[in-house]
Amino acid sequence: MGATTYQGAKLALLAAELSALLGPNAVITDRQRLRTYECDGLAQHRVVPGLVALPESAEQIATVVRACAAQSVPFVARGSGTGLSGGALPHTEGVLIVTSRMRRILEVDPANERAIVEPGVINLDVTKAAEPYGWYFAPDPSSQQVCSVGGNVAENSGGAHCLKYGFTTHHVLGVEVVTPDGELVWLGGTTRDVPGYDLLGTFIGSEGTLGIATKIVVRLTRAPESVRCLLAAFPGVDEAGAAVSAIIADGVTPAAIEMMDALAIEAAEAAVACGYPEGAGAVLIVELDGPAAEVEHTFAAVRRHCTAAGAFEIRVARDADERARFWKGRKSAFAAVGRISPDYIVQDGVIPRTVLPDVLRRITELSAGTGVRVANVFHAGDGNLHPLVLFDEAKPGEAQAAEEVSGAILDLCISYGGSITGEHGVGVDKACHMPRMFSTDDLDTMQRLRRAFDPAGICNPGKVFPTPRLCGEVPGKRKGVHPLQAAGLAEQF
Amino acid sequence: MATSTLGGLRLACADVAEATASDNVDEVAARWVAWPRSTEEVSAVLRAAAGLGLRVVARGTGTRLTWGLPPTGLDLIVDLSRMDAILAHTAGDLVVTVQAGVRMVDLQDALAVHRQRLALDGSDTLGGTVGGTIATAASGPLRYRYGSVRDLLIGITVVLADGTIARAGGTVVKNVAGYDLCKIYAGSLGTLGVVTEAVWRLHPLPESRRWITATTEDAAQAAAAIAAVRASQHDPTALEADRPAPDRAVTVGIAVEGVTGGIDARADAVGNLLGAAAGLSATVAEHPPDWWGQPLPAPHATVTCEPTGLADLLTNAPGRLRGSAGAGALTCGLRDDDQLGTELAQLREVAWRHRGNAVLRCAAPHRKAGLDAWGPVPALTLMRRLKDQFDPDHRLAPGRFVGGI
Repeated sequence: MGATTYQGAKLALLAAELSALLGPNAVITDRQRLRTYECDGLAQHRVVPGLVALPESAEQIATVVRACAAQSVPFVARGSGTGLSGGALPHTEGVLIVTSRMRRILEVDPANERAIVEPGVINLDVTKAAEPYGWYFAPDPSSQQVCSVGGNVAENSGGAHCLKYGFTTHHVLGVEVVTPDGELVWLGGTTRDVPGYDLLGTFIGSEGTLGIATKIVVRLTRAPESVRCLLAAFPGVDEAGAAVSAIIADGVTPAAIEMMDALAIEAAEAAVACGYPEGAGAVLIVELDGPAAEVEHTFAAVRRHCTAAGAFEIRVARDADERARFWKGRKSAFAAVGRISPDYIVQDGVIPRTVLPDVLRRITELSAGTGVRVANVFHAGDGNLHPLVLFDEAKPGEAQAAEEVSGAILDLCISYGGSITGEHGVGVDKACHMPRMFSTDDLDTMQRLRRAFDPAGICNPGKVFPTPRLCGEVPGKRKGVHPLQAAGLAEQF
Repeated sequence: MATSTLGGLRLACADVAEATASDNVDEVAARWVAWPRSTEEVSAVLRAAAGLGLRVVARGTGTRLTWGLPPTGLDLIVDLSRMDAILAHTAGDLVVTVQAGVRMVDLQDALAVHRQRLALDGSDTLGGTVGGTIATAASGPLRYRYGSVRDLLIGITVVLADGTIARAGGTVVKNVAGYDLCKIYAGSLGTLGVVTEAVWRLHPLPESRRWITATTEDAAQAAAAIAAVRASQHDPTALEADRPAPDRAVTVGIAVEGVTGGIDARADAVGNLLGAAAGLSATVAEHPPDWWGQPLPAPHATVTCEPTGLADLLTNAPGRLRGSAGAGALTCGLRDDDQLGTELAQLREVAWRHRGNAVLRCAAPHRKAGLDAWGPVPALTLMRRLKDQFDPDHRLAPGRFVGGI
């Protein structure tokens, strides 16, 4: 860190202060080590943080934040760094507060249907701790083997099963947070309906801009009696989409309905040889869970709807292994696209489910008109699209064309009454798209909330809301593979 | 003065009149009532009210204006009953967009045609409007499975104190773009703005329902039955308890919902569990017991506790106790005399033993006076800062909410 500038000098002083308060091993100032933290899962945005703090307790986080507030130094919280919108992108003149040393599960209490965890605890570890009692933590983002619960709170993470079970906001009863002025307060608690405004609800999904969660009371969900999963192959996405509509119209709420189109299937086959039915133009994975007496009947209905809509093959998972094989192709789809294209952009948009056939047709036209290939993978039950826009950086003009197609897909989502992000968040990636979805007054009103928490504007600045500096840049594309993914630690949905 | 104020308001909204005694809010008299017909008109009214320094309370059917505390002052009632349109309902999307003045019962009737529902029940909720339901965060038995207002509201249009029209959320269920302002409006008693439109996530109406009930003199036995159902895999949609008085028997009520083909087997399984786990004799019925989802008369408090505190609550709470034992959120009827404060303190003591709280939700103004209606409120400083941002002059429902907000 160069102390030649005023900001550099300020950070050097802060580093010394934090070393004294937290211990020298809890503060990183070495440039090479700082580079480890320069990006999250959105690897094309890279900023080396001013310094990194590795607190071990809520009190230490409060200490760091108070020191930042006193010097008006911005800070950014980071869990496992798996986010896909750059929400944990560091600030070059700020402190990156990493929660990886706060991984204690403080309490697992099945009788009260909850666990209390520190923010760095890995999502899947909560389920592992609760499983012996027959309970689990429902939010299951595909990075759940590595992502942190603190990150889930920041992003309001969903997962494949959120169609039935909802998002992180439905599974958190309370959080202890450090506010941007360094106070430790509780939002919510261990019971429902804590009096006052539901600040917990606005904190969850605020992408780290309202404070840092230091303890999280998560609700545990009882494992279902029965889980049934089928894989249905269709000639094309229209038939698969019709099956989804028929299932929903019948009043069935599956735990998950996932769809992949021909190009996504091709990529998955190339990568993990998932063995999906030959010649499928689209596949659906439908999972139902609940009491056996209920699931038995609804599963039969789902099979009927798939057949009626034109499924030419339906496979029913006989056991957990086969179910895992069905999911393998789907879960590997993002990374698998690397097998059929050197570069790709992962998009995350939402449309009302009923316009799915229209929007897919428009995406096909967009692809045909520009020559840019698009593989479609989506949570069909809730209209959450993940188009993968393929290109080759080495070929002139392709990156630009891909970015345009990716942006046009978001525009399509907005024009059909949807959203620019269903689960990856706004972060830095889509801050510039926010004005296309919200009016100036809407955004100003959100800023009022932000000012109530962070009047000084030091908590994860430059995220979620458009800034002139940020919006001069082009929206992001995925280059290569995230290090965690390369190491086989994470998959992406 | 009064005439010029009325004139100013009439420029903003065609329908404005002087208030009468029937417009009182918790015995506080208002001076004018406006009946806007659109979000834009609400905005014009609130801009005019801001210019005139008027204190404003929003009203739907007015059934729950006695919840919370009386306003510390009141000039203008913004009555939303003429904003009663269902704006959009695409059944296949399981989403509905409505104006705030739509009555809940009308909304449910319209949705039922499509075999859908907004999973908020209880006759408290059904008697009022969408806006009132949001402002009070009222809930019924279905909250055990589907949560409350906060869990089902996916988009909102509000008019702030200065007339600013703001939207948040959207019309799709899965959406993480921007701050979720829906949450702070749920249960805010009109103190952060006037809700004019709401977007709700819907659920399919079940094909069949069954209610399983069992009654016992032993509160611990009732609590054990509820714990057994919670820990089971029977997946009920509601898990209620009703205790008419401290020395009376507790009735446990469980609702299971689903396809007709499986419903009887599921209901019998729940009934058998009550017998095996708690020694209770259960009855299965195709209709709910008569107390199901019925509100308690005023005065009453809401009371919460951790699940393991239920036996203590069922044993030691004063008054009539009813509500979602499964969610740990019930209501408790309290004495309508000078012992109200004593009973509230007694209830709080039990709730606090189990990390819950008791809030005096409604009572006659002279009974509420001098009582701490809310109990401890964490993060009150942040709430005050939020109020200052959204309503800096404190003109919206002043004093009705926590900490004098």
